[in-house]
Amino acid sequence: MMSQLLSYLSLPLVHLILSLVVILAFLGVNGIVLIYVERKVAGFIQRRPGPYEVGPWGLLQPLADALKLLSKQLVTPMGADKILFWAAPILSFAPVVICFMPMPVSPMFTGMEMNLGLILILAFTSLNVLALCLAGWSSNNKYSLLGAARAVSQSVAYEIPLLITVLAIAFQTGSLNLSEIVASQTKGIWSWNIFVQPIAFIIYIIAVTAETNRAPFDLPEAESELTAGFHTEYAGMHFGLFFLAEYSYMIVVCAVATVLFLGGWHGPFLSGPFWFILKTYALILVLMWFRWTFPRVRFDQLLNICWKWLIPLSLINLVLTALLVKIVR
Amino acid sequence: MTPSDNTTMQNILSGDYYTNNFTLSPAAEGDTLVLNLGPQHPSTHGVLRVVVELDGEYILKAEPVLGYIHRMHEKMGEVKTYAQYLPNMGRVDYLHALAWNWAYVAAVEKLAGVAVPLRAEYIRVITCELNRISSHLLWWGAYLLDLGAFTPILYAFADREKIMDILQIVTGSRLTYCYYRFGGVSADITPDFIDMTREFVGYMRDRLPMYKTFVTENMILRGRCVDIGVLSKEMAVRYGATGPVLRGSGVAHDTRKIEPYSIYDRFDFDIPVGKNGDAMDRYDVRIAEIQESLRIIEQALATLPAGDYLNPDVPERITPPKGEVYFAVEGARGKIGIYIVSDGGIKPYRLKLRAPGFSNLHLFAELSQGTILADAVSILGSLDLVIPEIDR
Repeated sequence: MMSQLLSYLSLPLVHLILSLVVILAFLGVNGIVLIYVERKVAGFIQRRPGPYEVGPWGLLQPLADALKLLSKQLVTPMGADKILFWAAPILSFAPVVICFMPMPVSPMFTGMEMNLGLILILAFTSLNVLALCLAGWSSNNKYSLLGAARAVSQSVAYEIPLLITVLAIAFQTGSLNLSEIVASQTKGIWSWNIFVQPIAFIIYIIAVTAETNRAPFDLPEAESELTAGFHTEYAGMHFGLFFLAEYSYMIVVCAVATVLFLGGWHGPFLSGPFWFILKTYALILVLMWFRWTFPRVRFDQLLNICWKWLIPLSLINLVLTALLVKIVR
Repeated sequence: MTPSDNTTMQNILSGDYYTNNFTLSPAAEGDTLVLNLGPQHPSTHGVLRVVVELDGEYILKAEPVLGYIHRMHEKMGEVKTYAQYLPNMGRVDYLHALAWNWAYVAAVEKLAGVAVPLRAEYIRVITCELNRISSHLLWWGAYLLDLGAFTPILYAFADREKIMDILQIVTGSRLTYCYYRFGGVSADITPDFIDMTREFVGYMRDRLPMYKTFVTENMILRGRCVDIGVLSKEMAVRYGATGPVLRGSGVAHDTRKIEPYSIYDRFDFDIPVGKNGDAMDRYDVRIAEIQESLRIIEQALATLPAGDYLNPDVPERITPPKGEVYFAVEGARGKIGIYIVSDGGIKPYRLKLRAPGFSNLHLFAELSQGTILADAVSILGSLDLVIPEIDR
């Protein structure tokens, strides 16, 4: 009986479905945890307690928030494109699930080994911009439209340095398989790519902050300019899905950063998944720290940073990496 | 329905007078977007509405629309007795309520020839300057909120809270003060008040360098303020701008210095002025003004005389003789002027309030032309508008 079950588990399809279910559950929990953490971090930085009414230390606050969102009416504004308006939040969240498939949480614990894991993640994270674009376009709201326009140009611009820096890591490792990239960083903490490729790490963090629309690059939803940007018209769980997607993308990009730069699951004493989660959430805390301490940059400044600094820098980094790899090998 | 069916959309959701009669800018080429910033918008701080015409994100034309919280304060002045009208003053500009208190009370005093005891003048200076600091602090926080920094406002509020606690002791309220009376103030300041104010002066001086390091010198903030909304001297004067907006453009005009009222000529303080007239200069002027206000408070506390806090000879129902009077004081946002015409009765015949924000706002239309939407928000914030004051 047991052996039969195990053999079922090894079937690719069963394995795939199981991983998807686990990832979905994880993303849901992650969303709830991050809402709580973000509010507590914001409270800490702003010298206020943060949520503390619902449950002990306000632990149940995110659940209350989720309940509120779930119980709200889903309003479609007049003149909106109904199908696209409904599809956009789903389209925003759905690709994240795929992004977690090739993530090597530990040597034993990978959704799906893939040669092109890195490419898969980058491809599916960029789908997010399509959702924002649709949301902005279909809402029939001028603020949403402006937000969508910003989202598209921002994503297109920041995808370039992101790809180039990731390419530098791939050059160095000679693989796009995430497990192999982790395996190349096993020789102690100094073999982590954050020390081998410090410029790449900085560019990566800046680029993903822009990719995930987090402050100081939260222009598509710039509150003081565009009220709420692309999700101005969204209420209830529609908005909830956008919110969940934002936090899920955060954890995806931070997990990728952990794999690429922080040695993945490697670390003393604790087992692999612990270290992986620890590093990922530490990076997320850094992103939150950014959000609550920086003013927002202006749109042209944002693009200037990208086109004038990040892209040339990442190109130089790529060329240098290629040269060094050629010399060493 | 796709957004391209704009004509049908217009029929369904026809806008109001200002949207329908908005004349497109002559500079417009091709499609432009007419956008309502407000009256419910996070960066208009209240119910200001600006109809802007956008080409992409560039502003071709901006037109402020006023009147959303017009409460007829001037008309109310004609139907209430002089004393009954006092509480209205705290509601015109709720952030620097004491300056409005002062302007009105002093105008009536000038008209009726009421003498104010010296101690009361000192108390007025101390409380008014405290209120000025709290107003500037709130502006500081709100402006940074406009620029997307969420944290400074909570620090500003924590500091402002201390001022509100101090003012609560003597005025009894925390925001819409009604403290000054014809011929003095309603209550004497207590030893508690003096101790807390002394403590606050030291506390605020310690805080300002921290704000400078963490906020003023931040690279992103400077990118959003330096050379944004450059207001020339000539233009500021042409529009009748006053207060930090005018001083940011390099005109050293401060009512407290130019035409010293009350006892301001006794104190040693400077008028901070800017050089370029950009948003950063207006920012720096306000921060420097906090320092100057602290200096004034310190000097006033050191030389506080004993005596009456209220002229006992002022009748309960004050009836100024026939005539007219104009009195101006320096508020946190600029020159507050009150013009009263009396026909010798118990109520003013006519009352005119000159709100500095009204002139400062009208700069915006010209100043924001050709800027990016985000810069327009920065400019709007740097003008430090309080909408109830503009609409009155």
